[in-house]
Amino acid sequence: MVVVVALVSVVVGSVLFHLLSPWWWPPIASNWGYIDATLIITFWITGIVFATVVLFMAYCVWRFRHRPGRTAEFDPENRRLETGLTVVTALGVAAMLAPGLIVWKHFVTVPDDAATVEVFAQQWSWSFRMPGADGRLGTADLRLLDSGNPLGLNPYDRFAQDDVIVEAADLHLPVGRPVKMVLRSVDVLHDFYVPEFRAKMDLVPGMVTYFWFTPTRTGEFEILCAELCGIGHAVMRGYVQIQEEADFQAWLQGQQTFAQLRESSSAGP
Amino acid sequence: MVEVTDRPDTQVPPAEVPDVHPPHAHSWLSRWVFSQDAKYIAIQYSGTAIAIGLVALVLSWLMRLQLGFPDLVSFSPEAYYQFITMHGMIMVVYLLTAIFLGGFGNYLIPLMVGARDMVFPFVNMLSYWIYLLAVLVLVASFFVPGGPTGAGWTLYPPQAILSGTPGGRDAGIILMLLSLILFIIGFTMGGLNYAVTVLQGRTRGMTLMRMPLTIWGIFTATVMALLAFPALFVACVMLLFDRLLGTSFFMPTLVEMGQRLEYGGGSPIVFQHLFWFFGHPEVYIVALPAFGIVSDLISVHARKNIFGYRMMVWAIIGIGALSFVVWAHHMYVSGMHPYFGFFFATTTLIIAVPTAIKVYNWILTLWRGDIHLTLPMLFSIAFIVTFVNGGLTGLFLGNVVVDVPLSDTMFVVAHFHMVMGLAPLMVIFGAIYHWYPKITGRMLNHRMGLIHFWVTFVGAYAIFFPMHYIGLAGVPRRYSELGDTPYLTASVAGLNAFITIAALVVGAVQIMFLFNLLWSARHGQRAGGNPWRAASLEWQTPDTPPRHGNWSDELPVVYRWAYDYSVPGAPEDFIAQNDPWPARPVQP
Ligand code: HEM
Ligand SMILES: [Cu+2]
Ligand SMILES: [Cu+2]
Repeated sequence: MVVVVALVSVVVGSVLFHLLSPWWWPPIASNWGYIDATLIITFWITGIVFATVVLFMAYCVWRFRHRPGRTAEFDPENRRLETGLTVVTALGVAAMLAPGLIVWKHFVTVPDDAATVEVFAQQWSWSFRMPGADGRLGTADLRLLDSGNPLGLNPYDRFAQDDVIVEAADLHLPVGRPVKMVLRSVDVLHDFYVPEFRAKMDLVPGMVTYFWFTPTRTGEFEILCAELCGIGHAVMRGYVQIQEEADFQAWLQGQQTFAQLRESSSAGP
Repeated sequence: MVEVTDRPDTQVPPAEVPDVHPPHAHSWLSRWVFSQDAKYIAIQYSGTAIAIGLVALVLSWLMRLQLGFPDLVSFSPEAYYQFITMHGMIMVVYLLTAIFLGGFGNYLIPLMVGARDMVFPFVNMLSYWIYLLAVLVLVASFFVPGGPTGAGWTLYPPQAILSGTPGGRDAGIILMLLSLILFIIGFTMGGLNYAVTVLQGRTRGMTLMRMPLTIWGIFTATVMALLAFPALFVACVMLLFDRLLGTSFFMPTLVEMGQRLEYGGGSPIVFQHLFWFFGHPEVYIVALPAFGIVSDLISVHARKNIFGYRMMVWAIIGIGALSFVVWAHHMYVSGMHPYFGFFFATTTLIIAVPTAIKVYNWILTLWRGDIHLTLPMLFSIAFIVTFVNGGLTGLFLGNVVVDVPLSDTMFVVAHFHMVMGLAPLMVIFGAIYHWYPKITGRMLNHRMGLIHFWVTFVGAYAIFFPMHYIGLAGVPRRYSELGDTPYLTASVAGLNAFITIAALVVGAVQIMFLFNLLWSARHGQRAGGNPWRAASLEWQTPDTPPRHGNWSDELPVVYRWAYDYSVPGAPEDFIAQNDPWPARPVQP
């Protein structure tokens, strides 16, 4: 009955692996604890189902294994049993789906007080833009992009002048303030993914995508590109620094605005 | 007794059309090369699929070596991306789709429905040769300058046709797209054949609700493929135009490495919709034949009727239909409108219900059975384990918000390998052990079979179960190197090395399996016509292997479903479908 032992070991082994695994998500650094919670619910429900199904199968294999003289039962259908199982399954599925959809509603509803930050990707680096004192990002168009205008901002847009441009350097954000990340790519698909934030979203050339989150603890977090974007995909990294408000403001003061950038590049040789 | 095993005598309609004999081969060439016999075409399809599958297997070793031992083996990122792309595409399309429909479909459909051959034998032959051409074009891309495409098996534009991706501005992507186009043309020829044969070629008494579930699975998958592949076809043609003619179906205004390109106005997301409109049903195109076949394996080797046959048929049809309205669950973080998430998460989780019913019914078939732990049964059990595991992780990825952290991580890689890599492969192995005696007249060597089973089952689980946790820890998929990411403990490296060793062992034992296939054809124990004492028609042929035309002068007449095992009062523990017991045979 090696198979029965193997099936039981698969269940026991999987459960132990799950419980003892040092491989687990990094500690969360955003408001998306709801996502973790939904994931844990799903782990519990599916884990129980997996163990039950495989152990029940192991029992059947052991109990009804062939022995001389044994005959199987003739048993084509059982309406009540089939209906019952269908209903139970549907309920289990609903128990996972309902919280999932509620959290999704939350995920796609950006709070009104969220600050806006633009993520700008190209093969294979990350740049960022923040609105200046006017609180608004200026318009942009890839056709305007050149070495003096790395993000393709509209030089005639007054909202663009004070936009802060962070070219291929770390993004800094204040802790505890919701932020809407608007995402733009110049060339191919990329995906802005910081494991500690739990959220991620593709950047798609030709359109602007977004997601939002609230950083909940300070620290340095690595950005990994999570959508295949060519040979540099695995090295397309960047960092987000989550800081206290005062530190953040100090950093922000040191950054160049679009207007300053244009001045310095036209003054050059 | 329930009506599915309806009383025999009343249920056999008179013959409506005269018996037609398939064309006979007149020369060596038309017999052994350009054969029009579905059984022979099946072998050609399977042989080609396995051969190209070996390439994909070797590629998986190379990738795993790089991931497991980055200090010893280091391929360039170009090479790594070419490996994953070719591995993924070959496994999904050129191996699994081809072997289930072209291989098992061709062999089993005529025999199991009691036909002499496919209804269009010539088109059937053509289908194989176009498939072979598709494979050759694919192989050719390994040898062109720049090598094969490294765009990932999803071939997402814009990167698929740009210079940052291997093969993007070279011939690689062009050959890939041409090969897929050829594959689809070839498949359509075969697919029409399979569908029409099931609908029109069944013998007397073989009503739809008496067909073995194998046929239901293959038939439904075929119809789905006929509806889904056209989406891939147009996507490939349009992408080819974007690449060769400079159209912009999928290409927005973009700047590549500081250089503004001529493209403008297209949408990359449209490609994703087209791709997954094909790609999701594709999962079930591979899964439904496996569902059908495993139902029959379990029933035969547990000597028990399949439990809930009608529910099983409706579940197959329901899954097939629903799988056309879930495609965008692959795109939750693609930037499509976020409200799609509500719809697609709901439809996706609804599919779990008919799928779960199938699992229950397989296990309830074991309940109070007489379980013979033959190799087909062992592989069926392994299928249930891997399928349940992979199906359950699908509930994570389908439930839109839970997918957000997991999407595009190694969790996804682990999930789909479990559910559409391992699970269908287990069924393919089980099915080969089951039908090999019919195909060759000999049994496969049992000892080698046992080694093959244990190493494959335990090893494959050891590869892919822990991999979920690597993804949970945050490792993205399609990463040729991990770098020194601070939050990923060094231990991920240890686990990766372990997985690689398991993958090498599992791969090696497949070579032994192939050896067994060749060796047993000559030296295997003689099987006789019906070694498993199975009830379905293919085991009732007058000769083994079945002759050209399958049956003797008389076509078989079917009196019952394929699952009359251990019927109380019957003289044996199975009643063949063409056995009129207890009534008298009807007059022709
Ligand atoms: C022992 C067998 C196998 C091993 C060790 C293996 C290993 C791998 C590895 C290492 C990757 C790349 C992961 C990444 O970096 O993203 C991969 C990708 C993939 N594999 Fe497998 N694989 C195996 C069998 C299969 C089978 C049977 C299928 C059939 C469905 C399959 C389908 C795929 C697909 C579709 C991809 C994704 C390619 C892409 O990202 O574009 N594999 N596999
Ligand atoms: Cu990337
Ligand atoms: Cu899908």
